[in-house]
Amino acid sequence: MQLFVTHATHYTYDTPVVYALQKARLRPSGSKLQEIEAWDLTVEGGKIEAGYRDHYGNNVDLISAEPGTQSLVITAQGTINTHDLAGVLGPVYGRAPLWHFQQITPVTRLTDEVAAPFLGVFRAAPNPIEGGHALCHEILSKVAYDTDKTHAATTAQEAIAIGHGVCQDHSHIFIAVARQAGFAARYVSGYLRIDGRVHQDANHAWAEIHVPDLGWVGFDVSNGISPDDRYVRLAVGRDARDAAPISGLRMGNGGEELMVSLQVQQ
Amino acid sequence: MYFCEMTAGDGVRGPYADYDAWFAQQDNARLAQKSREAEAFFRQTGITFNVYGDKDAEERLIPFDLVPRILSGREWDKLSRGVDQRVRALNAFLHDIYNRQEILRAGIVPIDLIAQNDAYLPQMMDFVPPGGVYTHIVGTDLVRTGEDDFFVLEDNARTPSGVSYMLENRETMLQMFPELFSKQKVKRVSDYPKNLRASLEASAPPNCKGRPCVAVLTPGIHNSAYFEHSFLADQMGVQLVEGHDLRIVDGHIAMRTTRGFKVIDVLYRRVDDDFLDPLTFHPDSMLGVPGIMDVYRAGNITIANAPGTGVADDKAIYSYMPDIVEFYTGEKAILKNVETFRCSEPDSLKYTLDNLKDLVVKEVHGSGGYGMLVGPAASKAELAAFADKLRANPANYIAQPTLSLSTVPIFTEAGLAPRHVDLRPFALVSPEQVNIVPGGLTRVAMTEGSLVVNSSQGGGTKDTWVLED
Repeated sequence: MQLFVTHATHYTYDTPVVYALQKARLRPSGSKLQEIEAWDLTVEGGKIEAGYRDHYGNNVDLISAEPGTQSLVITAQGTINTHDLAGVLGPVYGRAPLWHFQQITPVTRLTDEVAAPFLGVFRAAPNPIEGGHALCHEILSKVAYDTDKTHAATTAQEAIAIGHGVCQDHSHIFIAVARQAGFAARYVSGYLRIDGRVHQDANHAWAEIHVPDLGWVGFDVSNGISPDDRYVRLAVGRDARDAAPISGLRMGNGGEELMVSLQVQQ
Repeated sequence: MYFCEMTAGDGVRGPYADYDAWFAQQDNARLAQKSREAEAFFRQTGITFNVYGDKDAEERLIPFDLVPRILSGREWDKLSRGVDQRVRALNAFLHDIYNRQEILRAGIVPIDLIAQNDAYLPQMMDFVPPGGVYTHIVGTDLVRTGEDDFFVLEDNARTPSGVSYMLENRETMLQMFPELFSKQKVKRVSDYPKNLRASLEASAPPNCKGRPCVAVLTPGIHNSAYFEHSFLADQMGVQLVEGHDLRIVDGHIAMRTTRGFKVIDVLYRRVDDDFLDPLTFHPDSMLGVPGIMDVYRAGNITIANAPGTGVADDKAIYSYMPDIVEFYTGEKAILKNVETFRCSEPDSLKYTLDNLKDLVVKEVHGSGGYGMLVGPAASKAELAAFADKLRANPANYIAQPTLSLSTVPIFTEAGLAPRHVDLRPFALVSPEQVNIVPGGLTRVAMTEGSLVVNSSQGGGTKDTWVLED
């Protein structure tokens, strides 16, 4: 499927900016799931200072706001050909070893007690793929999709207690359980084209686990499926912080407003 | 019995012969006067040291003893070859564990030791620092137990401190007793700042044009080693900067100057990894430089020492150093390791608990002598309390036999008195060479019988001589 993506992040500042930086992971890499036909990252009210591939193979741009500006717009735009391979990225490895993705991070730490029912469901399945799907189902039934109950720093453990969450929370829980079961698991940030809509609400996120002999396989807990050709992989990491499409830091006072517009269309 | 470095039987060991003859002609009252002068000099220069957790003495003077610690050229040759070998192995190890990880795949170092190590920074994976250098400055702590028996106690691969004391101690000795240095040839240490700067410049990013600009990054005046930061910047003739002096300009880290922003090519940072870059690590850090890791990975600055080097001086990794040296150099380690019991291993834990009163137990990630148990010096209650801590978290500790550290006399009003010492030589690593300053810092336990030489625990320092044989 050919997808056209326009992802604009617009910061508006109350007072002229003294110094602000953004770290952007907004350049997808090609894989057998997706070919990048054209891609561009543009900045208004600032500039790209440096670019590199990070330790997970993500393309990172460091962006600075122009001193004195009250508006910074970062736009990622391009055309991608995607393929439905039932979420199987395969045996594709960078320098980050599998054991690294088995390590539990602060947001993917579950107490044994909380993890137990999820682990039970995952382990009861005859193989990790079916286990992954059963786990998606279990998570969705215990942690219903709701955009108002959690925030960016909510941990997997907290989301389970709250009983509601978004794709980030779902993915963190999935990763936490998979790691407790001994699997390498990672967080994927990206885009999803929702059928019949041009304007999408926000960035999407899902999880990947590493299955012996098969390689990396994706699971989108929030939608209860493995990613197909409506998905674009943007960045990966141990958890949301590693794979955040954009994160920033600003010196000085005054408020800021953030507006994200995302269009994914066929 | 302890090995005394000055005396042997009724006589004096070779390296100390000239000094001993000189000392015999000195008047104790005059030396006592000199000792007070030295203290006054250190106070004037401002060489002080903050001791964490000691509210009453925010700035303390490290005691200086005027009897030098003397090594023959022959003794030094072997030591420096051993340090050179070890430093090269440390760099090879760091390069490996952040890239191909062959030593893990070979099963020589357990994966868990790296995977679960807080000092291991994933952000350094799949990246080679400019010139392949990780540890631009290394301080290797050595102890001696006999004529030919030197052991490495600890590798300091993150931000070793103390070199300013080495330089000031020599300066003080030269001023107080110039006649000693005309009698015999002592290798110079005063080139250290020049060599440090040259070594850092040689490690600049390949795309740096012209003479590289070096700067020293300090957390600020409240840091215990602030004196050293400003001293080294001053001695090298480079700027001392704090995080808020820096910003990103055209993809580089630049410092504010009276003539606008100036690009820094090599940053000798004395800020810990956690606080180095709030955009990458600890988001609340006010001490660091946001975005420096991005600039670093883009190849536009050298950070010395490289982030993530702390994983190599961890005390659990230390126990694998003989294997690490052999793996990367193909040679046996010249300098021996102290026998180390990893309390993470059940047999070692049992041995440690059974023999606690004879052992030194250290925290795996600790430094500066904090959180350490010296079995022979501990009370019954202290031993029992420590045993509980050990049982609660065995993997957090290693144990070592109490070494019979060598002694070198210190000057007291009643004459010479033996005290235990260690030695921290400093190695500078550039892409071209390893340069080891002759001697280093001798730390001395000022209390009779004490084996703890750390300045944070009341230890003092001595001038360290390497003779031209």
